Amino acid sequence: MRLAITGLQVSFGTRRVVDVDELHVGAAEIVGLAGESGSGKSMTTLAVLGLAHTVGATVRGSITLDGAELTGMSQRELREVRGRRIAAIFQSPATAFSPVFRVGSVVHRALRLHGMSKSEATEAAGRAMREVLLSPRLLDRYPSQLSGGQLQRVAIAIALALRAEVLLADEPTSALDVTVQAEVLDVLRELRDREGMSVLFISHDLAVVAELCDRVAIMREGRIVEQGPAARVLSAPADAYTADLLAAVPVIRAEAGP
Amino acid sequence: MTPAADAQRASPAAGVQDRAPLLDISELAVRFGPVRAVDGVSLQLPPGPCGLGLVGESGSGKTTIGRAALRLVRTSGGVVRFDGTNIAGLRGKALQDYRRAAQIVFQDPDGVLDPRMRIGAAIAEALVAHRLAGRRAAGQQARALLSEVGLDPAFVTRYPHQLSGGQRQRVSIARALSVRPRLLVLDEPTSALDVRAQAAILALVGRLRAERSLAYLLITHNLAIVSELCEQTAVLYLGRVAESGPTGALLGNPAHPYTRALRSAVPELGNTPATRVMLPGDPPDAANPPPGCVFHPRCPLAVDRCRTEVPALRAVGPGRLAACHRAEEVLATSSASPGPAPASTAEGSPPGSTAAAPPA
Repeated sequence: MRLAITGLQVSFGTRRVVDVDELHVGAAEIVGLAGESGSGKSMTTLAVLGLAHTVGATVRGSITLDGAELTGMSQRELREVRGRRIAAIFQSPATAFSPVFRVGSVVHRALRLHGMSKSEATEAAGRAMREVLLSPRLLDRYPSQLSGGQLQRVAIAIALALRAEVLLADEPTSALDVTVQAEVLDVLRELRDREGMSVLFISHDLAVVAELCDRVAIMREGRIVEQGPAARVLSAPADAYTADLLAAVPVIRAEAGP
Repeated sequence: MTPAADAQRASPAAGVQDRAPLLDISELAVRFGPVRAVDGVSLQLPPGPCGLGLVGESGSGKTTIGRAALRLVRTSGGVVRFDGTNIAGLRGKALQDYRRAAQIVFQDPDGVLDPRMRIGAAIAEALVAHRLAGRRAAGQQARALLSEVGLDPAFVTRYPHQLSGGQRQRVSIARALSVRPRLLVLDEPTSALDVRAQAAILALVGRLRAERSLAYLLITHNLAIVSELCEQTAVLYLGRVAESGPTGALLGNPAHPYTRALRSAVPELGNTPATRVMLPGDPPDAANPPPGCVFHPRCPLAVDRCRTEVPALRAVGPGRLAACHRAEEVLATSSASPGPAPASTAEGSPPGSTAAAPPA
């Protein structure tokens, strides 16, 4: 298992917001973490990134990357992991890019921070841009000159250029139009299939999870109520809460054509 | 979540032609500087109970049309009529009456509810402002309205932050309904909500539309929601109507390549499309729209004619309009699957000149 979460507890004071017994993401696997707002999905992401303390939470339990324990690591050690080996993308890609810097300079800085030389960074950035189906010329633009879908793909390109092993994707398509969402989902599938990347895909949208994920864990009030292969969980849920969520997903009622 | 679907079957789309529209938008144009946010849109909404869905992606103009229908933005062309009266000419009492008769529900109820005002007072405020009730009677009505939208009447004493997002959206619906509107503009009313809260709001709208005989414009990017709540749907692209018609037929058998792409891009539980119509590139700049059909740079079916000649919005089936030179071919191939494009005909040949025929 590439990323393994065991007995993870995240608390604010005495209030426990995450209580996950077990959650794994294997190599070349996309695992969905689905649930409603407040279920603890995003706090789980922050804990994996070693950032839960920045919002005042305390973390107990074990998070391992390729067997190496992350929870006890110093912030200095974590910096080697976070961003490079475990990358993250969020709902609003615009917040990842400063509006006053060209997109390329943000990308460059990320790559240089993780040890690339100038020429390596330029080369890696260009290659990664093409892999997410963007023209490297977009690197010369400012964030406001790119669409949300383009920016999200640039954020993915950074992870790709650093050859991240795990991508935490927290609602990465929720703010995007459906046609753009389709493109981003395609890029994520490509990363899994071609690069063997592991993706923890956090989403409230079960239809997206069904389409993209190999396995899925359903989260409620900090706990995982059910997990298993996405096809099984989302077609024959074993838990009543999962069934409730599925029943609430609106379906397109269309008439058969002539 | 079926009340509206039942009503949909009960009141067929043909009603649009039979009844004088409650809301009649004709050749509406709205410009923001050089940007043509809405560029010649005509739509009709019959008296309630009836829903017209406006779907499209960011920048399609759907929200601006909703605002223009409420006279909340300055239009640069066209006419909006409510009950036969041009709303641009309303003054004084008549304008105030329109402000009461046409209400809006926003995506984010927090923009509507003052965080320091109790729920009861927030609802009563609208009634008092429109002189529909005195303070005391308004308080009573607030309780009745809360129970009508499925909330505990005791919530009148609570503050917005003590309610969930779904509950706050119910309050903003209660507030809009308090003044007995005939027209509602629902602007992405469930986009900020969790799926179960969304389902509950959709069911609520479905119930209220029948009980209150509501007519509404439902603005959304979610095709499932219009299929649930709207008899008619208009698909917008870059400020123009790409296609309109009865919702079920439009979604089941799109006549415009954009509708088809949009439809195929929607992930559906248990129904992953084998092939997805990908749209290359991004929506064009509304300040500088492409010549010919505005969709042609991204259209998988574009031919020479599309690059030069603006397609008129024309009848392509019963109650259906589409702005596409090749609508007949799209129709003939849409129902089979959303995927493969029709075999390319000779470029420039008139649409429908091949075996493709419009549906009966």
